[in-house]
Amino acid sequence: MTTATTPSRIAGHFAELASQNRKALVPYVTVGHPTKESTLEIVPALIEGGATMVELGVPFSDPLADGPTIQRSGFKALQNGVTLAFCLETARDLRAGGVEVPLIFMGYYNPILRYGLERFVADCAEAGVDGFIIPDLPPDESAELAAISRKHQRDLIFMVAPTSRDQHIESLNGQASGFVYCVSITGVTGARDDVSVDLPAFLARVRSKLELPLAVGFGISTPEHVREIGRDADGVIVGSALISRFDEADPADAPTVAREFMRYLSGQA
Amino acid sequence: MTTGTTPFDITSLPDDRGRFGEFGGSYAPVTLIPAVEELRTAYNEIREDPEFHIEFESLLKNYVGRPTPLYFATGLTDAIGGPKIYLKREDLVHTGAHKINNAVGQGLLAKKMGKPRVIAETGAGQHGVATATVCAKMGLECVIYMGELDVERQALNVARMRLLGAEVRAVSSGSRTLKDAMNEAIRDWVTNVENSYYLIGSVAGMHPYPMMVRDFQSVIGREARDQIREAEGRLPDAIVACVGGGSNAMGIFHPFLEHAEVALHGAEAAGDGVGTERHAATLTAGHVGVLHGSRSYVLQDADGQIMEAHSISAGLDYPGVGPEHSYLKDSGRATYHPVTDAEALDGFKLLCRTEGIIPALEPAHAIHLAQRLSGDMSSDDIMIINLSGRGDKDMHTVTEALGVMS
Repeated sequence: MTTATTPSRIAGHFAELASQNRKALVPYVTVGHPTKESTLEIVPALIEGGATMVELGVPFSDPLADGPTIQRSGFKALQNGVTLAFCLETARDLRAGGVEVPLIFMGYYNPILRYGLERFVADCAEAGVDGFIIPDLPPDESAELAAISRKHQRDLIFMVAPTSRDQHIESLNGQASGFVYCVSITGVTGARDDVSVDLPAFLARVRSKLELPLAVGFGISTPEHVREIGRDADGVIVGSALISRFDEADPADAPTVAREFMRYLSGQA
Repeated sequence: MTTGTTPFDITSLPDDRGRFGEFGGSYAPVTLIPAVEELRTAYNEIREDPEFHIEFESLLKNYVGRPTPLYFATGLTDAIGGPKIYLKREDLVHTGAHKINNAVGQGLLAKKMGKPRVIAETGAGQHGVATATVCAKMGLECVIYMGELDVERQALNVARMRLLGAEVRAVSSGSRTLKDAMNEAIRDWVTNVENSYYLIGSVAGMHPYPMMVRDFQSVIGREARDQIREAEGRLPDAIVACVGGGSNAMGIFHPFLEHAEVALHGAEAAGDGVGTERHAATLTAGHVGVLHGSRSYVLQDADGQIMEAHSISAGLDYPGVGPEHSYLKDSGRATYHPVTDAEALDGFKLLCRTEGIIPALEPAHAIHLAQRLSGDMSSDDIMIINLSGRGDKDMHTVTEALGVMS
C-alpha cells in the first residue's frame, strides 16, 4: 500500500484511467538505445502515440531475466556509454521538456546497489522518476529499499508470475505499491505469437489477494493482445516488440517508429 | 563437530534465509522463486535423510572412486624446502576433477524431485563433463551451457560431453565465458522451470546452492581431516586451494573451519596481474554486489556493471565468488591471495617435474601459492594442497603458453 500521504503519481494515474474506463498502455524502452540521446525524443513520441506511462530500462551487463531483444538493446546502450547516472539525467531532461506521465525505472539490482540505495531513491525523487521495477530483487530481499522508497514516496513495484504461490502474492500486501507487474508467461522477456491462455485465471487469482492495479507484460506485440489482456488487466506493458522495431529501422526514425507503434497497438492505426 | 545421523554439519551457517553474515541470500527472478523454494524444501529433506546419505556415499565410493588419497608429496616438499606438503588427490576421481562429487549429489536430488531434464553451466568444462556423466548414468536429459570462448579452448571436454549424450549450447553473449553461460542457464531454467533441474557447479547462486554444493564437496575436507590425523597424528598448519566460484576450496575448508589453528588460504586467478584490467581476483579487487542470485564480492566497474574476468584457467575465469568465501574473507578466517597466469604456469611445471603429476591449470594456482607461503613455514609444519583436477584438458593451452617445452 502507498503511504497515508498523497497518492503517488502512478496510483493517481491508474485511478484516473479507471474513472474513464481506460487501460494503461506502458511501453518499455532501454535508455540510450538505439542512440544515446534518442530517449529524449522517443518518450514524447510514445506519449503522442498513446502511451499513458513509460518504463525506462536501465541497462545492465548481465540481464538474466531478459530475452535476446532486450539483451541486445542493453549492450548497445552500454556501448553508447549509458550509466545509471545518465538514466537519471535523461529522466530529469524529460521532465524539463514537459513530460508529465509516470516514469518508471526498470533495472537490475547491482548498479543500484553500487550507486547507493538512499542516493538512488533520493535522486529518482529529484529527477521525477516515480517508481522502480527490479527483476532480481524479490520481496524477501527488499526490506531496506522498500523503507527508503516509502520515505521518498516512490513506488517499489513487484512482479508476480503464473508460477507464484498464493502466499508469495499475499506477502506483497504492505510492501508493493503503485501497481503489480504480472508476468504473462513462464520465461524471459520477448515477443510471442500467443499470450498465455490461463491469463484471466491468473489475473483473477492475483486480484483476489491484492488491492493494487495489475499490469501485464512479457510477450505482448499486437493490438489483439492489448485488447484481449485489457479485458482483465488495468494495463499492458510492451517492450521487446517495440525495441525490435527500433532495431529494424534507421536510428533517426526511432521517434516516428515509436509513435506509430503506439498508435497501432492502441487501435488508432 | 556434531554430525548426528548425517555427515553434514547442519549446525552452522548459512541462516534460514541463506545468509553468511551479510552475504548470500536469494535474489531470484520472480518466476524462479517457487522453484528455488521447492529445491530448498527437497534439499532440507534429503540433508537429514540417512537413506540418501547411504546412496550418495555408495556412489562416491564405487562410482567416483572415493576416498581419494592424501599423498605426501616428497618431491614437491624437497623442491620447495619448507613444510611437509600433502596433496589431496581430487585429480584421481572419475572424470578427473572434484566437480563429480557435487554432480552426483545433485543428480540424485534431481531424480528424487522427479525432474527429467538437467541444465548446467560450465567454464573449463569439468562441471559440464561431471553433469553429463551423472545424467548418462541416471537417465536424465542434459543441456550444458558453455561460453563460446571456452568451447574453443576446452574442445576435449566439449567432445566428452557430447559423447556422454549431453547437448552443448555455445553462448555468444557478453564475455562468452562462464558468467554468460550461467546467465543463459538461468534463462533456460526460467523458461523450463516445471520440468528442469538447474545443477549449479559452484558454491554460487541463490540459496540453497552455496550451502548445498559446499555440503556435497565437504567430503574432500572430511576425508583429508581423517587422513592427516592418521598420517601425522594431528591437523595441518595450512590448507591451500584455488578459488574461482570456490567449490573445491569450500569443500576442503569447511570441515576445518572450527579448527582455528588451521590456516586457510585461497589462490585467486590474477591473470596478467591485479593492477591490470585482465584478471579474475574477485576477493582481492572486487566490491560487494549481487550477481547470479547472491550477495558477494563481484568484479564490477564504478557504475555497477559486471566486468569481464580473465584467466588462463577457464575454471577460474569468473567475476563472482561464492558468498561463504566473502564471509570467510571479511571475518578473517580465510586469506585470499592473487596468483598470476605466469605464476600458475610455474606451479604447473613444478608439479609436473617434481611429482610426475600433471595438474589442471586451476590447482596450479594453488601450487604456486603454496610455494609462496612456504617461506614463512618450517620443516615441522604441515600443509595440504587441494589438487582439484588433472591437467589433460589444459594441454593445448599450456603448450601454447609455454611454447615447445624444453
